[in-house]
Parts: sequence; C-alpha cells; structure tokens
Amino acid sequence: MAERTGCSLSRHERLVEDLAGSLEPVRPLPAPGARAALWLGSALLIGLVLAAWSGTGGFMLRMRVPDLALAALGAVLTAAAAAFAAFSTSVPGRSAGWAFLPVPPLALWIGASGLGCLREWVAPGADIPGAHTVTGCFSFLICVSVPLSALIVVMLRRACPLRPNLTAALGGLAVAAAAAALLMPVHPHDATATDLLIHAAAVAIVIGINGLAGGRLIGRDAGTG
Amino acid sequence: MMLTLQGSAGGGGWVLAPGPERGQKTARAGGRNGGARMALEEDLAALMAAAQGGDAAAYRALLKACLPVVSAIARAQGVRGEAVDDVVQDTLMTVHRARASYDPARPFLPWLRAITQRRVIDRLRRSGRRPREVNDPLAYEAEADPGPAPGHGLEARDRAAALARAVASLPEGQRQAVEHLGLRELSLDETAALTGRSKGALKVNLHRALKALRASLTQERE
Repeated sequence: MAERTGCSLSRHERLVEDLAGSLEPVRPLPAPGARAALWLGSALLIGLVLAAWSGTGGFMLRMRVPDLALAALGAVLTAAAAAFAAFSTSVPGRSAGWAFLPVPPLALWIGASGLGCLREWVAPGADIPGAHTVTGCFSFLICVSVPLSALIVVMLRRACPLRPNLTAALGGLAVAAAAAALLMPVHPHDATATDLLIHAAAVAIVIGINGLAGGRLIGRDAGTG
Repeated sequence: MMLTLQGSAGGGGWVLAPGPERGQKTARAGGRNGGARMALEEDLAALMAAAQGGDAAAYRALLKACLPVVSAIARAQGVRGEAVDDVVQDTLMTVHRARASYDPARPFLPWLRAITQRRVIDRLRRSGRRPREVNDPLAYEAEADPGPAPGHGLEARDRAAALARAVASLPEGQRQAVEHLGLRELSLDETAALTGRSKGALKVNLHRALKALRASLTQERE
C-alpha cells in the first residue's frame, strides 16, 4: 500500500512537472454573456445584409400582425437565451440549470407560430405558400444554419464543455431560432400549418445535427467523447 | 488543515504552508472549517490567476495543492483503489487544457469540482463497460473439486472391514504383532512388555502376518 502510494505520488509529481514545464500564458475567456453577445452580433450582421437585400417594407407590414410579431420576438429571445445557456454550460462549475433558460421564449415562439395556423381558419384567403416557396424556406433555414453552427461550435470549443451533448443541443437551438428569426424579413407570406411544420422539421434537423455531431466536435478534448 | 500562500509571482517561490494566524481570524468569522475552505479558495484562485499569466511556479503549487482535493472528491464519489490515481491524472490533464475557461473573478473549487466529477463519471462508466464474467459454465465444469469424491467413505469402510476380517483370521501371535506394531504403531519394546513375547519372535510374527495378509487380501480382491 505504502509502495503504491509512493509510486502514484511520483507519477502525479511527474505529471505536475510536465504540465508546469509546458505552461503557456492564456487569456481568460470572456464571460458567457459577452461571448453569446458576440455570436448574436454576427447573426445580426447576416440579418442586416439580408434586410438590405430584400427590403424591410413587407417585414414592417407583417410585424403589425400581433402573432407574427410575437413569433419573431419569441425566436429572437430563444436565440439569445439558448446562446447564453450554451456558453454558460460550456464553462465548468456553472449550473446546468441554465439549460432551462430558453424554455419560456421557446414556448412563446412555438405558441405564437401555432396561432398563425388558426388564422388560416379564422380568415380564409390569407396568402398560402406553395410547394416551391416552402422548399425555399427550408433551404434558407439550412443554409443560414450552417455558418452559424460552425461559428458557435468553434466558439464553444474554446471553453471546456463537460456536458458536450447538452451544450451542443443548446447551441443548435440558438442556431435554429436565429435562422428562423432571420427568415422573417425575407418570408413573403403569413404562417400556416405546412409552413410551421417545415420550420419545425428544419429546426429539429439543425438541433439534432448540432447535438449529435457538435457534441463530438466540442467534446473531443473536454467531454466524455 | 490551514494553508496560506507564501512568496511572490516574481520570485517564483509559491508555496502553500500552514498558517495559524489566518485560521484564527477566519475562525471568528464563521467556523474553523468554513474559514479554512475560504482561505484555501482564495489561495487557489490567486494561484490559478497567476498560472493563466504564465507563472509556472504558481501553476506547480496549484496542481500540487489540487492533488489531495481531487483524490478526496473522487473517493467521495465512490472511486476506489488505483482508479483514484487515474482520476487525478485525467483531472490534471483537463485542468491544463481548460485553464482558459476559469474566470479569476469566480471561486476556483467549484470549477475544479465540476471537472473532477465529470472525470469520475467517465472512469466509472468505463469500468462499468469492461466485461466482468460472473457466469462461466465451462470454467465451472472444469474446476477440480478438492474434497473427497462421492462414495469415498463407503469404500474406506469396506476396506477397513476386509482388513479387520483378515487380521482376525490370523493365528494369535501374528494377530497380536499386527495389531500392536502395525495398527496401534507401538514400539517393539512396548509390544514385548505387553504380550510377554521376545522382540525376535514379534519381528518373525509380524513378517509372517504381513505375508499372510498380503496373500489373503490379494486373493479377496481377485
């Protein structure tokens, strides 16, 4: 027993010497809020480019409709809350309870989007998107999600996500919500059931891919792998 | 145990040494254990901040101070034996890789504890996945039974009965020689005193008796 303790002690001391020998100065990471703000800022940049390209007239008109405005607000808040939660859970010692932060805005987003479907019955004759525009929405969501996902994965990897799958799934939710929010300025029609279904599928795909692949990517060094 | 920080970042002489004066001060504030933990907490946070700046001596002192803390957390989580050392090694490696994620404005121990607990979970999962054979029919069948074989007692009793019969059928002198010298394992002198026969006669009787027994028992077996 004494021999084993002595052996393990020298083993630990060797490792301590190796690590101290290879020490290089590092800059402490900014707070999760600051890093989330940085990521949201880059998403906002994409939004500004899109707004300049498509014009804001139709968007302003649609924002006068309460449920569309609420859905947009819900998507933006979900993106912000999920991004903050993802960056928080990527730091060791922070509570995993932050993962519940996006739940209320997510409920608002889903609820308000679902309300749009009711309008289809209440006010027939609303602008119903055809199959072509629906495919366009789907491609848009996926295309916007790819660069945002790559950026958030790179940023999350700089920390030490001890629960890589949870962190990556939260990152995926942030990406999906941001992509849905970015879709609104260029979305040429009101929400319907098909539309919502397509959105939900795209969001699920983005979260799923982030959760599965991102968990491996960001957890390669720190997590369970 | 009370620890205080001695030395400076420039001098490269960071050590955690016993320090009673801080213990007395904090003991008044909120209990001796709580005070000790707070002092350790402050010291470790200062060391980690210095290590982030590239101070190898502070980093070495920090990692050495972490060793017992990590071991204690691992044991408290149910890790035993050599696996504790593995958890310590894994945790130190992760601390090294993740050192940028520590915020110097926040306490150090929760950060360390979170990393240690994750490494403990990894270790326990890995040991849980390793196959442990609890039911191996072949090994069970091939295992030799160290005890007597079944029927061993019956066989021994039969042989003892056959021998007793053969001895009983011997002439008186030979029977006495076998019983005392062979079965009771008495010496020639004792047997001579007991039976009143000479030692030479006893030897001759034993020799003849064994010869007769060998003949009768061999016959019986055939």
